[in-house]
Amino acid sequence: MMMFLGCESIPKDALQMNEATVEQRQLQTRTFETADESKILLASASLLQDLGFTLDKSETKVGLIVASKDRSAVDAGQVTGAVVLAVFFGGPGTYDQKQKIRASLVTHPAYDGKGGMAVRVTFQRIVWDNYGTITKLERLNDSELYVGFFDKLSKAVFLEAQKI
Amino acid sequence: MSKGTVLIGAAFVVLAFFGLPGCSNSNEAVLSGGEQVKLRSIQSRRFETNDKNKTLRTAMATLQDLGFVIDEADDNLGTVSATKLDRYAMRITITVRPYGENQLVVRASAQYNLKAVEDPEPYQQFFNAFEKAMFLTAHQIE
Repeated sequence: MMMFLGCESIPKDALQMNEATVEQRQLQTRTFETADESKILLASASLLQDLGFTLDKSETKVGLIVASKDRSAVDAGQVTGAVVLAVFFGGPGTYDQKQKIRASLVTHPAYDGKGGMAVRVTFQRIVWDNYGTITKLERLNDSELYVGFFDKLSKAVFLEAQKI
Repeated sequence: MSKGTVLIGAAFVVLAFFGLPGCSNSNEAVLSGGEQVKLRSIQSRRFETNDKNKTLRTAMATLQDLGFVIDEADDNLGTVSATKLDRYAMRITITVRPYGENQLVVRASAQYNLKAVEDPEPYQQFFNAFEKAMFLTAHQIE
């Protein structure tokens, strides 16, 4: 795999903010009207469990929860394509088989000074093909993913408050 | 097969077992690194604060801004590690430790795919972003 040849240099923007930084920060952050950080963390942990994640690490003193889930990455169309290529052209017949999705959720007092608690969540995934080779290393940036997550988190915070 | 060919073949077998440096030698992989003092100065900055928790939280926020997913953090030890996947894999560890009464030293160390990051420039970029965030949190909360 090209990406694992250790000899290429770091992309220039790997550790640099860019024009998308603020937009992504807003997309990935939601502020709740509470100063109770542990309540938000509890609600977040419950939501991640609802979504089928297992919790890998947490450090409540800095407001961190890390979770992941392993799922199938099989796409029927891609498999059909791989089989057709293999049968007619002797291709290797590779297709994406499994993926690990990682979520990292960080809470912090909101910067606006109004006493709220901000939550920022980020997702990434690694995809392997049927030969066990990594085919994708990527951040998940789709805005709908974050909108959906925070809708659910709002409900989870409400449920937490109601002790459900 | 001539005697010469056999000897060359044997030499390759021996080389394959003992001779290939770098990747195949685990001792070297564990102990390799740049010049200690120079590397530390490239990777470290001092800050006029003794609030370790806030500094750690700011480091985490900066890493998230830079597209990293936080892997783990330890408030006691003052460390945070994170990974960025963007067709490449970059992993970074930040440590925050007290320096005297009223200062903290923040150190970042990163690897890019299978290589340690030892150039000053990526660290300079990280600390530029981090300094802005330190300033932002300090000024927006108060």
